[in-house]
This record gives sequence, C-alpha cells and structure tokens, in this order.
Amino acid sequence: MVGLEHYLAVAAALFVIGIFGIFLNRKNVIVILMSIEMMLLAVNINFVAFSSFLGDLVGQVFTMFVLTVAAAEAAIGLAILVCFFRNRGSIDVEDANVMKG
Amino acid sequence: MTIADYTFYGFAVVLITAALLVTVARNPVHSVLWLILCFLNAAGLFVLLGAEFVAMLLIIVYVGAVAVLFLFVVMMLDVDFAELKGEMAKYMPLAGLIGVILLMQFGLAFGAWTQAEGAMGLRQAVKPDLVEVENTRALGLLLYDKYLFLFQTAGLILLVAMIGAIVLTLRHRRDIKRQDVLAQMYRDPAKAMELVDVKSGQGL
Repeated sequence: MVGLEHYLAVAAALFVIGIFGIFLNRKNVIVILMSIEMMLLAVNINFVAFSSFLGDLVGQVFTMFVLTVAAAEAAIGLAILVCFFRNRGSIDVEDANVMKG
Repeated sequence: MTIADYTFYGFAVVLITAALLVTVARNPVHSVLWLILCFLNAAGLFVLLGAEFVAMLLIIVYVGAVAVLFLFVVMMLDVDFAELKGEMAKYMPLAGLIGVILLMQFGLAFGAWTQAEGAMGLRQAVKPDLVEVENTRALGLLLYDKYLFLFQTAGLILLVAMIGAIVLTLRHRRDIKRQDVLAQMYRDPAKAMELVDVKSGQGL
C-alpha cells in the first residue's frame, strides 16, 4: 500500500536532483532555472501529499500559490537571461561580474 | 499491490528518471523535453492523490506555459552549448557528493519523523466528502472565500512579473524602419505624386 512516506521519498529525491543539477550545470543558466523549477515541483508534491493524506485542502491552495510564484520566477529569470545574453553574448554565469564595483 | 500502487511506482520511476535526464542531457532542448515529461508524471501523481485541479493546473501552467517559454528561450539564444557542457565532468564529483550528503540528511530526518499528536486537530480546511463536493469545487469555495486576499496578491505578483519581463526585454532598435502614423496622416495627396513630361530621347 502506497502511503505518505512514498510520496515524501519521491519529493525528496526530486529536490536532491534539483540541487544536483544546479551544481552540475554551473555555467548553463537555463538548466539551473529548470533545476529550480524541479525543486519547486518537489515542494508541491510534498504539499499535495500532506493535503491528501491529512484531508486538509489548504495544502492544495498553497500549491497554487507556489505555482504562481514559480511561473513569475521563470518569466523574470528568462527575461534577465535574454538581457544578459544581449549584453554579453554568452550565458556563462561564472563570468557574470557586471555589477562588481 | 493494487493497480493504484503500480501506477504510483510507474509515475514515480519515470518522474525521477526524467528529472535526472534534465540535469545530465547534453542538449538543452532535450532537457526541456525531459522537464515536460517530469511535469506530466507529477501531474499523474497528483491525480493519484486526488488533487485533480492542481494536476490540470500543473499541465496547463507548467507544460503549456513555462516549459514552452523555456523552449522558446533555448531556441532563441544562439549559444554554443557543447562548450558549456564540456566542463560538466569537472563538477560531477562535487555535485554527486552534495547530492548524496543531502539525500542522507533527508533520510535521517525521515527516519525520526512522526506525526504530531494534535496534527489532525490543527487542520484549517477539512476536505469535504468527494461524493458531495468534488475537488475543484471545494478548492474554489476555499480560494474565493477564505483566501481571497492571497488570491488577489497572486494575481498582482503575476502582473508585476509580466510588466518586469516586458520592461527587461523590450528594446527600441534605431536601425529598422517603423510605421510613423502622424507622417502618414498629415501626408498631402496633392504633393505625393509629381507628373513629369519627359521628352523622347532625353533623360530627366
């Protein structure tokens, strides 16, 4: 029987893969943004799993807000990325030092 | 094991595999496609959990909007991705180490975790019986009543994000021709064309 623990394990694995992806693709911002999306998805899975197994709908409401913020974050992040690419001609974040004084 | 259990394991395995392939795929376009598979399987898990509305929202928002946005940006930027991927092997040990340590920490926290005694009494909105009120309806009743302010704030966040994205990416290019409406409106038809009587054998 699949219980709450199974869903939490899946979410934990997904979250760890997200962090792994951030460290693995240090230069590629697009994949870093995708990894952040996966981490937010892991959080959402936790919310919905607890919501379902405890019988409380607030978890699903909060999931919708997380979804909203994730969509806004992706839009802004990609806009910044496009801007950065226009200025620098690359998306290598390791030499992103324009704001260094 | 029931059918639901098999379905859970199927979705979970594909979800984790797709997530891993997002991070290690050589081509970012493939990464985005794996991400879409990831979201679809997460939506499947949500359906299994009885959260149909959130599942459909995940498909519409993530697969329909966010993933397509990613795909659009990946294809729009002319980046040499092979160069970026070249140093991936260098970061592999550190990334793997951090991943394993974090996973072990999650395991430790997970082993000691028990549900608090009064947890069931702290529920803010007890889920109604599915036969009486279905998931979408219950969520709507809650969202438009108790969480109306947060709902409006979420809309405001989206508005700000939209304006911010437009402001960040909008640029006025000087070297292209644009329509000048005033010049068109104030154009005098009488002066627009000039008739020249050209004699044969002569140029202008």
